[in-house]
Amino acid sequence: MRIALFVTCLADTLYPSVARATVTVLERLGHEVVFPPGQTCCGQMHVNTGYQADALPVVRHHVEVFEPYDAVVAPSGSCVGSVRHQHARVARRAGDEALARRAEAGAARTYELSELLVDVLGVEDVGASFPHRVTYHPTCHSLRMLRVDDKPLRLLRNVRGLELVELPSAESCCGFGGTFALKNADTSTAMLADKMRHVVGTGAEICTAGDSSCLMHIGGGLSRLRSGVRTLHLAEILAATDDPGAEVAGQTVPVGVVR
Amino acid sequence: MTTFLGIPSVGAPVRSSPGVGHLQGSESFPTAARRALGDSQLRSNIGRATTTIRGKRARVVGEVPDWEELREAGRTLKASTMARLPELLGQLEEQVTAAGGTVHWARDAAEANAIVTRLVQATGADEVVKVKSMATQEIGLNEALEAAGISAWETDLAELIVQLGHDLPSHILVPAIHRNRSEIREIFRREMPGLGTELPPDLTDEPRELAMTARRHLRRTFLRAQVAISGANFAVAETGTLSVVESEGNGRMCLTLPRTLITVMGIEKVVPTWQDLEVFLQLLPRSSTGERMNPYTSMWTGVTPGDGPQEVHLVLLDNGRTAVLADEVGREALHCIRCSACLNVCPVYERTGGHAYGSVYPGPIGAVLSPQLTGMTGDAVNDSLPYASSLCGACYDVCPVKIDIPSILVELRAQHVEAAAASGRLPTPEAALMKAAAVSMTSPFRWRLAQRASRLGRLLARGRDGQRRIRSLPPPLSGWTGTRDLPEPPAETFRESWAREGRS
Amino acid sequence: MSAAADGTAAVPDARSEVMARIRSALGEHPPVVEVTRGYRTSGEHRPGAAELLDLLQDRLVDYKAGVTRSTADQVPATVGGLLERLAGGGRVVVPPDLPGDWTAGADVLRDDGALTSAELDRVAGVVTACAVAVAETGTIVLDAGSGQGRRALSLVPDLHVCVVRADQVVQTVPEAVARLEPRRPLTWISGPSATSDIELNRVEGVHGPRTLEVVLVTG
Ligand code: SF4
Repeated sequence: MRIALFVTCLADTLYPSVARATVTVLERLGHEVVFPPGQTCCGQMHVNTGYQADALPVVRHHVEVFEPYDAVVAPSGSCVGSVRHQHARVARRAGDEALARRAEAGAARTYELSELLVDVLGVEDVGASFPHRVTYHPTCHSLRMLRVDDKPLRLLRNVRGLELVELPSAESCCGFGGTFALKNADTSTAMLADKMRHVVGTGAEICTAGDSSCLMHIGGGLSRLRSGVRTLHLAEILAATDDPGAEVAGQTVPVGVVR
Repeated sequence: MTTFLGIPSVGAPVRSSPGVGHLQGSESFPTAARRALGDSQLRSNIGRATTTIRGKRARVVGEVPDWEELREAGRTLKASTMARLPELLGQLEEQVTAAGGTVHWARDAAEANAIVTRLVQATGADEVVKVKSMATQEIGLNEALEAAGISAWETDLAELIVQLGHDLPSHILVPAIHRNRSEIREIFRREMPGLGTELPPDLTDEPRELAMTARRHLRRTFLRAQVAISGANFAVAETGTLSVVESEGNGRMCLTLPRTLITVMGIEKVVPTWQDLEVFLQLLPRSSTGERMNPYTSMWTGVTPGDGPQEVHLVLLDNGRTAVLADEVGREALHCIRCSACLNVCPVYERTGGHAYGSVYPGPIGAVLSPQLTGMTGDAVNDSLPYASSLCGACYDVCPVKIDIPSILVELRAQHVEAAAASGRLPTPEAALMKAAAVSMTSPFRWRLAQRASRLGRLLARGRDGQRRIRSLPPPLSGWTGTRDLPEPPAETFRESWAREGRS
Repeated sequence: MSAAADGTAAVPDARSEVMARIRSALGEHPPVVEVTRGYRTSGEHRPGAAELLDLLQDRLVDYKAGVTRSTADQVPATVGGLLERLAGGGRVVVPPDLPGDWTAGADVLRDDGALTSAELDRVAGVVTACAVAVAETGTIVLDAGSGQGRRALSLVPDLHVCVVRADQVVQTVPEAVARLEPRRPLTWISGPSATSDIELNRVEGVHGPRTLEVVLVTG
């Protein structure tokens, strides 16, 4: 299958290893991954902060860039959530019904990584190996906007050597929320504190999730606490193998070493 | 903490005036939240209570096989009611009147308070007993009655705790959720003897003992009260039937024993038919107290000779609701049946409690209802409420009438930005940043330049190799780095490495 | 028809103004919304089915109500036993039309409509019939009809003994709603009075009767 990678602005700029891992997993499964070079961002930050007029051209740009592709994948529940639940709304609110229809059509072909793997490609074992103790945080948008349910967990359970430990209160928000983390920094931090307490309490080495944004938040807090627990995107774990020289996470790193 | 704006409305006939009353605090949400977050007792009280109720709700909702169908029926019933509001209110008025009740209309809080005060004065009573009601809290009725020399006794246990504690409600269903058992005992010990209720010296903080104390304290009041004031959970247009859903029996006392009953109800609480109650009576108790059915639900239609109050009034309240109705997206907030499930699951409410929202309507529903009722006026108080959410969506999932609160929050943020632009309050630094981001995000070339600029962040990163982090940034980004590190931007973006490898 | 608000003679009355605001808010073409009723309007069991009696009993007990099964001719003995045990032989009030033999032997005050709240506060208990009961929610509904009396009777005394006939027990809330006449004063009772106001934990017994005893009549 030919799959277009919607890298997301955050992974492109700050977490290229996540994008690289997404490509690695899909290519290992025998699929062709293309990168539409015109892509930028889904516009979610604008929409969620109230700047819909500024979001409109960003949405239009996204719709146009991905229109030619039959399947689009993004390593983010949040960005796919925005494509699926916000793009047409933004267009309609601006009175652009034609764009809204195109956005809906595009949204129907856009998948979050675990959705693409499990629902579209029918794969639960991606041939990964990752001998570590891992806990999984279901991000709000993958859980409640996309309803990915236990798909990420099914993928993780099939990773060789991986010990999955349950995260208490997993479904409560980590406190990221985009510009919420800045505008309501104190509340965001209080939510983060509880999330970190639960993560650390699992005794896991790694906390994983399907969104780099939430992981940036959780990981940023864990790093500040010098907790010793690292964050890693689901794609990066699924990309890992025990092939000694394998290229993981965009840089050649010894297996088992995580950022 | 709460400002009271008693401005009567005399505007153009069809222009809705903003709601007035206890709908707005005096400081922005982030400021009020910061103080609340510093109160560890408050956080633990609310955390414990919401955890309990979330579990109970999940259990009893899980045992209903047609829960999703009920929610959908609730949603469509409410939407259809809003669309037919003039017809249904007219029918309700007709039916209540035919059954011997009297219907009054109030444009705003001041008018509703005046009507109720006049009705109480006409009975000659100098005290009233009250069933917990959000509408009367919203309009500040107790203060208005007090000013007219009429004592208003709250009879719901939590309301009693709030009233005796000279406190403000912090939850729709359990206004004293921010108090734990030992604080409640202290309030009782301090206040009740002065009101004529002697307490045993060895009163413990066992909830059962505290509840018994409240029973003893209020019993005499119930037996002597001549006037009761209630809200209504539902009003059936078809039959004129009003309904109050409660637990303790204080509602039954108020609705049954006094001679005069005055009910104050928002115009959005009407439901079309008697049959519709079969939906809401299933949705409400399970969502609110996590019970299959609440202990008591009372329903009355006008006056029943020889049974219950012989003088029955219904005050229909606008107070900003028609302004909410005018917004095609925001009007969904009027569907709320005040179950409080969205508060109980909200990660923000759980940390900050209800007082941070300033209004009698806290939590997710308050964040969408209060700013719509008062209007967003650029004063940074209620204007801050639509941003008081991480948009996690937990509220939408539990709402028994499927109010899409996250989408309304996003819409209100857009309206807030648009209003700011229209009144010349833009550009702010944030707006300039958003504009610049949008400009770069519509051109891959400009986008690459912007990404390169972000690499300047590498200069700020500190630490050992492979562990380099940004630990401090200037405002507004200091809000992030106060408690969280940022990763060092990589030397190469994904698209650069992809291009370098010559892939397409 | 509706009472005018104070001193508003010079400006449009509140009713017209609120109605005008609503019409203007909705615009010329308010959305037409179809109401969907995909939920269950009846249960799988017939009213009075043995499964329903078990379910009702289970749900009542779960919310701390007492349940005693009885045959029709055993009702007087069952009620008498309960009153003996729970009202300590104290005086009980009954609605004017409660079957006389239900409370044979007890010290009974038959309501004539003139008893004051204070007088009701001095009796130990009340015995009533009911209009319908909902098994799934553990609810009994009083509609002031036969054997039930006015609302104050079942409210003020501290013990409520309620006699429920098997054929009055339906499975679901919609079935109960369909059986009830909305214009009668209705009281839906699910267990004794309770509160969740202290730390959201349920505590039984506040202002309503602290003891609810249901006599379930079969056969
Ligand atoms: S918005 Fe929904 S969940 Fe929240 S109180 Fe209202 S009805 Fe309940």
